Amino acid sequence: MSLCISYNRGGACPRYFFSHNHTTMPMFSHEARLRQQAVFDLLFRNLTRVSAFGVLALLAAIIVSLIVGSMPAIQAFGLGFLTSSDWDPVNDKFGALIPIIGTLVTSGIALLIAIPISFGIAVFLTELSPRILRRPLGIAIELLAGIPSIIYGMWGLFVFAPLFADHIEPWINEHIGSMPYIGPFFSGPPMGIGMLTAGIILAIMVIPFIASVMRDVFDVVPAMLKESAYAVGATTWEVMWNVVLPYTKVGVAGGIMLGLGRALGETMAVTFVIGNAHELSKSLLMPGNSISSALANEFTEAFGDLYTSSLIELGLILFFITFVVLSIARYMLYKLGQREGQVT
Amino acid sequence: MSAMLNLYTRRRIINAAGLSVSVLAMLFGLFWLCWILFTLLDHGLPALAPVVFTQMTPPPGSTGGLLNAIAGSLMMTLVGTLIGTPAGILAGTYLAEFGQRGWLAPVTRFINDVLLSAPSIVIGLFVYEVYVIRVKHFSGWAGALALSILVIPIVIRTTENMLRMVPSTLREAAAALGAPQWKIISFITLRAARAGIITGVLLAVARISGETAPLLFTALNNQFWSKNMDQPMANLPVVIFQFAMSPYEDWQRLAWAGALLITLSVLTLNILARVLFRQSATTH
Repeated sequence: MSLCISYNRGGACPRYFFSHNHTTMPMFSHEARLRQQAVFDLLFRNLTRVSAFGVLALLAAIIVSLIVGSMPAIQAFGLGFLTSSDWDPVNDKFGALIPIIGTLVTSGIALLIAIPISFGIAVFLTELSPRILRRPLGIAIELLAGIPSIIYGMWGLFVFAPLFADHIEPWINEHIGSMPYIGPFFSGPPMGIGMLTAGIILAIMVIPFIASVMRDVFDVVPAMLKESAYAVGATTWEVMWNVVLPYTKVGVAGGIMLGLGRALGETMAVTFVIGNAHELSKSLLMPGNSISSALANEFTEAFGDLYTSSLIELGLILFFITFVVLSIARYMLYKLGQREGQVT
Repeated sequence: MSAMLNLYTRRRIINAAGLSVSVLAMLFGLFWLCWILFTLLDHGLPALAPVVFTQMTPPPGSTGGLLNAIAGSLMMTLVGTLIGTPAGILAGTYLAEFGQRGWLAPVTRFINDVLLSAPSIVIGLFVYEVYVIRVKHFSGWAGALALSILVIPIVIRTTENMLRMVPSTLREAAAALGAPQWKIISFITLRAARAGIITGVLLAVARISGETAPLLFTALNNQFWSKNMDQPMANLPVVIFQFAMSPYEDWQRLAWAGALLITLSVLTLNILARVLFRQSATTH
């Protein structure tokens, strides 16, 4: 019977013979009603199918419109756009290198901070937290994810950046800035805004995403596995590190990629604190630019076709990068889901 | 024997260290949440005078409020939700009810999951390209359109999940009574999943009411009162962005008031959605 519901293709299904009017209605009108209902079914099914197809059409439309919009820039600069660090609206010379590097570096910093902390939060929520606190704490972390990004940006600019400039950056300059090799990355005037600040704010933003995915995948580990490990005398940490983590590593990686996708595309939080300078500098304390912040700051003020279309090409690059990252993330999470089905 | 003891001690120390680090990580996460909320209340509450709700956004140096921005945000959020929700529910229904066969459902599910976290600024660019350029001016409709594109993936995902939670015995019972499939889905399964779907819509509203990036190139901003959705339209996030980045102190105060309003409404919506979902989950 359930087969019949799911795969029904028109009027061949036996359930049409069981109408409650069966005996009282004349046969011809009954058949007419059945035919009518079959038409409604067909319409309904196709309406939902068209809507589902709309999602694919939407994706195609986004890609096509971005490519069309960036055509002038693609024709003018070709592949050199990706490797050029020019950004000169006056002379119509544009290159994407600085925003691309800014996007990748800030997201990288964010992940470096967010991964261990998210892991800690997920361990706490799945293994350590008292039962009563588990739900409220989980919700609190998810609320952190719900706060609009512009709020993070404002908070970063008005509260975090001044503190960072007064107390932390001088310390970084003094202690890390003088080290060999990594020193140059951490020396510069303590301005508060810059790539490092943007990375830290991004980290705070993506922690809830990564932590809640990690918590969810930790929850799918069969209790039997964990109990067996405890039974042979493993400590909680060993269970997490040697049993739970290896079992869920695909899902954990998927969660991290999901967080990376968020960080790459994040606009407002970064725009407030990155400094918006089209300059390539070695130091993370210096202002930089990311793709999304360049778009947010310059798009409405861009003059001339080439300027606008260069910005749209930046958007296309951003969309491409995030699309790849998010696809990998989803693929990994699906794989974990499949294995979960096989094992249990 | 001492080697054994050492091993045990070491394992115990590693365990204690690891677990304390994870407690610290949890506190670290909560710390930011509290700090951000505290800052918002600290700066926002003093700025939240009645004029905020009764006057328009002012030029720098004079008093004013956020009335036009609040109204614009409400209108665009409403229209965006009204466009996005039906489309999302229909597509989600296809994925859950008809999606067992063929290539369309798995591909759509995958693409939808990617769109779910696609950068919202790119959605803004897209609407600029396909709508704003055609009509040659920024408008409230364009903003609402951009927001609706953000609503659709969220509603699709929750609709599909919630429909899958409806027991198939319910569908079979309806089918056994002779109900045609469109009636089974729209009057029985969708109705059974109603609370969950409303949860998804609430979460979508919460998400779009704080979105700034897609509105920058679509609705832009408007300093004056405007009910005309075909004109550039004031909205809270963009006003906050503009005012917060400005050097004027009274603008920054208004930005904090707006930020507090947005955050409170987003958090309220989030909590409301969770409460609603929990209630529906316990009645099942």
